[in-house]
Amino acid sequence: MKLNLKIWRQKSTTDKGHFEQHPIDGVIPEMSFLEMLDVLNDTLSAAGKENIAFDHDCREGICGSCSMVINGVAHGPTRGTTCQTYMRNFRDGQTIVIEPFRATAFPVLCDLVVDRSAFDRIQQAGGFVSVNVGGAPEGNSVPISKVNADLAMDAAQCIGCGACVAACKNASAMLFVAAKVGHLRLLPQGEPEAKDRVKKMVAQMDSEGFGNCTNQYECEAVCPKEIRADFISLLNREYLGASVFPRPM
Amino acid sequence: MVPSFLKSSLGRKYAMGFTGLLLVGFVLGHLAGNLLIFQGPEALNGYAEFLEEAGHGMAVWIARTGLLAIFVSHLVLAFQLRRENNRARQVGYDQESALVSNWASRHMFLTGLVILVFVIYHICHFTLGVTDTSAEWRVRLEGKNRPHYVDVYAMVTKGFQDPRVSLFYCFCQILLGLHIWHGASSWFQSLGINRSAWRRSTSWVGPILALVVIVGNCAIPISVMGGLGMSHGAPSHLGQIPALTLKESEKQRDLKNSMGGGAEKTGGFSIPKE
Repeated sequence: MKLNLKIWRQKSTTDKGHFEQHPIDGVIPEMSFLEMLDVLNDTLSAAGKENIAFDHDCREGICGSCSMVINGVAHGPTRGTTCQTYMRNFRDGQTIVIEPFRATAFPVLCDLVVDRSAFDRIQQAGGFVSVNVGGAPEGNSVPISKVNADLAMDAAQCIGCGACVAACKNASAMLFVAAKVGHLRLLPQGEPEAKDRVKKMVAQMDSEGFGNCTNQYECEAVCPKEIRADFISLLNREYLGASVFPRPM
Repeated sequence: MVPSFLKSSLGRKYAMGFTGLLLVGFVLGHLAGNLLIFQGPEALNGYAEFLEEAGHGMAVWIARTGLLAIFVSHLVLAFQLRRENNRARQVGYDQESALVSNWASRHMFLTGLVILVFVIYHICHFTLGVTDTSAEWRVRLEGKNRPHYVDVYAMVTKGFQDPRVSLFYCFCQILLGLHIWHGASSWFQSLGINRSAWRRSTSWVGPILALVVIVGNCAIPISVMGGLGMSHGAPSHLGQIPALTLKESEKQRDLKNSMGGGAEKTGGFSIPKE
C-alpha cells in the first residue's frame, strides 16, 4: 500500500506547529496504524530526520495512551483505540491527515503527544473510594445488585484516553467525568462519598478549561470502550441532586 | 443571588435547558393562539382582547416581563457558553467530521441569532406596529370596556400579504424549528432526566415539536398568501361586533392627511364616531 500522510509537527507546547507531508510506500494491510508510523519513523531516522512523536504503550487497546485524530476522527475510522486500527481500513493511495487531540486542557507537548494530566487532576479531586486499612472484609458481605454491577462495569471500562474530549466540538470532558462518577456511584463502596465526589470532580473539570456538553454524543460515537452518553445524564442528575439536596435532612 | 452551583458548567446547562423548556412552552402556546386565525376574525380578536384584559390588564405585562427575563437569561447563557466552548479549543482540526450529530445541533448558536433578529422584527411588526405606519388595521375601535382595540386579524392578514414578509417569517420559523429540533430533546439530557431506556424516545420530542412549530406557524403566512383574509373587509366584520364603534386615532388621521390622503383613503375604517 502506498499512502500520503499529512502529519502535524510541533516541537514544543509554545511552538506554533505545522503540517508535514510524508509519502510512505510498502505499507502492509495487516499493520496496525502505530506499526505504520513505526515504519515511517525508521525511514525518518535512517534519513537523519527527527522522529514523529506519538504516545503508545500497551498496543492492545487497554491502556488509553495512543491519542491521535485520523482524518477528523479520534482514534481513526474504526471503533477502538488507534493501536487497534489496522491499515486495511484505508485505501491504497489515500491521503491520511493525522493530528493531535485538540483541546486547550490538553496542550500539545510534541507532535502528536498531548498532556492529559488534566484527567489525572479530575480523578484526584474525587474519583476514588476511601477505604479503612485493616482486615479485608468478607467478600460477599456487601450485596450489589446485578443491574448496578453491570452498569458500574460498563462505566469502569473508561481508560481515560481522552477521545471524548477530542471528538466533542466543545472539547468537553463530560463523558470521562460521567464514567468515573457513574462507576463509583453505582457501587455501595462509592455511595458514602457520592455527593462530595461529583461536586469536586465537576469543579476540577471546570477549572481545567474543558468546554460544556451540548448533547451531540460525538463522544459516545468515538469512545473505544463504547461508554454510553447515558452516563452524562446520570452525572447531570447526580450533580443536581448533590447541589440542591447536599444533606439528607 | 444565584446559587453557586448554577455558575458551574453543569448549572448553566440546567439553566439553559430550563429556560429553553419554558420558551418552547411559550412558542407552543403562542402557536395555539395564532391558529385561531383559521376560526375567523372574531376568534382571533376575541383571544387578543382576552390576553390584553386578563387580570385587569396586568397579566399580559407580568407575562411579558417574565418572558423577557427568561429570553435574556437564555441569550446571556448562550453567549457565555459559546465563549467558553471556543476557548476550550483554540486550535481547530484540519479535518472536521461529525459522526452522529445533526446540522441543527451543530448550529444552535447560528439559529439562535436568527431567532433573536426575528423576535426583534416580530415585536416591531405586530406588538409595536412600527414597521407599517400606513396600516389600516391600526384603526382603534372604541368599546364598552376598553379604551382601545387593534384589529389583530386585519393586522396579520395585511402584514402577510407582502411576500417578502411572509417569506422571511417562514424562513425564521424553519430555523426556530431546527433550534427546537435539538433543544427540546436536549433538555432531557441536560437536566438528567434521560435514562438508558428513554433516550431513544426523548430524542423524538425535539423533531416532533419542531415539525409542529414549523407547520403551524408557516401555515398562517402561506394561507394569507393563498387568500386567507382577503375578503376581510372592515365594515362587514366590524358590523358583527355591534357593541363597538370605530374611531381612527388622531395621530393616524394626521399621518394620512399629511401623506396627501383624504377621508376616502382611509377606506372602510373611517366610520365617523357618532
